[in-house]
Amino acid sequence: MPTFFERRQLVVPGDLLAEGEYVAGENAYKEDNKIYASRLGLVEYEDKNVNVVALRAFYIPRLGDTVIGTIVEVGFNGWMVDIKSPYLAILRASDVLSRSFSPQKNELSKVLDAGDLVIAKIIAYDRAHNPQLTVGEPGLGKITRGQIVKVTPTKIPRLIGRKGSMISMIKQETGCHIIIGHNGIILITGKSLEDEQLAMIAIHKIEDESHTSGLTDRITQMIKKEKAKQKEELENESKT
Amino acid sequence: MSQKLEKLIDKKGLRLDGRKPEELRSIKIEVGILSNADGSAYIQQGKNRILAAVYGPRELHPKHLARPDRTVLRCRYHMAPFSVQERKSPAPSRRDIELSKVIREALEPSVFIEYYPRTGIDVFVEILQADGGTRCASITAASLALADAGIPMRDLVAACAAGKVDDTIVLDLMDTEDKKGVADVPVALMPNVDVITLLQMDGILTFDEFEKAVNLALEGCRKIYQMQKEALKTKYVSVNEVEE
Repeated sequence: MPTFFERRQLVVPGDLLAEGEYVAGENAYKEDNKIYASRLGLVEYEDKNVNVVALRAFYIPRLGDTVIGTIVEVGFNGWMVDIKSPYLAILRASDVLSRSFSPQKNELSKVLDAGDLVIAKIIAYDRAHNPQLTVGEPGLGKITRGQIVKVTPTKIPRLIGRKGSMISMIKQETGCHIIIGHNGIILITGKSLEDEQLAMIAIHKIEDESHTSGLTDRITQMIKKEKAKQKEELENESKT
Repeated sequence: MSQKLEKLIDKKGLRLDGRKPEELRSIKIEVGILSNADGSAYIQQGKNRILAAVYGPRELHPKHLARPDRTVLRCRYHMAPFSVQERKSPAPSRRDIELSKVIREALEPSVFIEYYPRTGIDVFVEILQADGGTRCASITAASLALADAGIPMRDLVAACAAGKVDDTIVLDLMDTEDKKGVADVPVALMPNVDVITLLQMDGILTFDEFEKAVNLALEGCRKIYQMQKEALKTKYVSVNEVEE
């Protein structure tokens, strides 16, 4: 049962990864007892599982994911939300307005209008139906302030880190509140624009260097350095 | 008739542009060069200059085209008005429509279209400069653009033509050879799973000649496949270097 790759090797679709009793994991497929890659990425294996960590992919909705989306359409009974996936998501009016409403009287666009950003959770999704969202939990709902950063959805796990180590570090160091949408859209709200910018730089750095080891430490150092720089500038300004 | 007498292959057995019969034109491929598209690729094959862009999978419009069990792959082959000697009307011609279909059918077997039902993938192929064999170069580039867009695929598709010029079977025909030659056989191949996804013939060949041409074209496809892989990986080399 040979394998034809080294750990973390870059593969392209169609590359033969293994032969024999292996199981095709993420972004791989099995044909005639052979495992091939189906996406561009880095190969990993665990026991008999051969996975490809995709470098290029798009967001596929999953039950329970938190996502950040843009309202693109106001309908009679709800909204259509663009969550940067192949499918538009539905947000029902009855979910947002906890009271009873009638489509004739209530103007839904007064509650949420096209172009508004919302944080929502996916409560229903299967291949036959578009994903359905809810905002009926604390922390969800319309976004009123903050900065939006977009990253490739495959990099989200790295951004969160092991048990959230990476993201909690950024939160702590920058003093910003950060909400990560699993669809690759991130909301940063901080006390000042400088704090928010610092968090943005850190997130972009993680996206660019997501495959390196010891990243958390380097990001910590970078933030501290940037912070010192900002402080210096502030002091210089107050002097003049 | 003086043109008819013009030899396409000289006494030394070399072609008009100095190539040997089994030689490809020089090929340069770049991946991910359009930031607005989800995936893109650019190919230079001899004097051919082709851009391919992929959008999707995304909500399909018009909606009635959507299939409940699979993605709809759509393809547009378009030649720029300045891509040939005589201005080409930008409106799709019969030939453009046929090539769009041929390219779509060559790519479709490589894509897992059943993964994302009710959506559509759009492939746009723009010929900036044409010099024969554009359908093959288009397939090569479009396949890379699909991979760059992160669409799950069985394999990459590489395409190359072979044909008969004067009395010789040659690889990768250019425009003059295509027009004045005897026959042209474009072939597209998924090299790892060993599946031919496009096979056409224009002209007259004996069975033996046809077989020889197909085999030569397949060999060309495999060479092009190596270049495709190279191009796709080059884009992410920086990622690997940082890793080490």
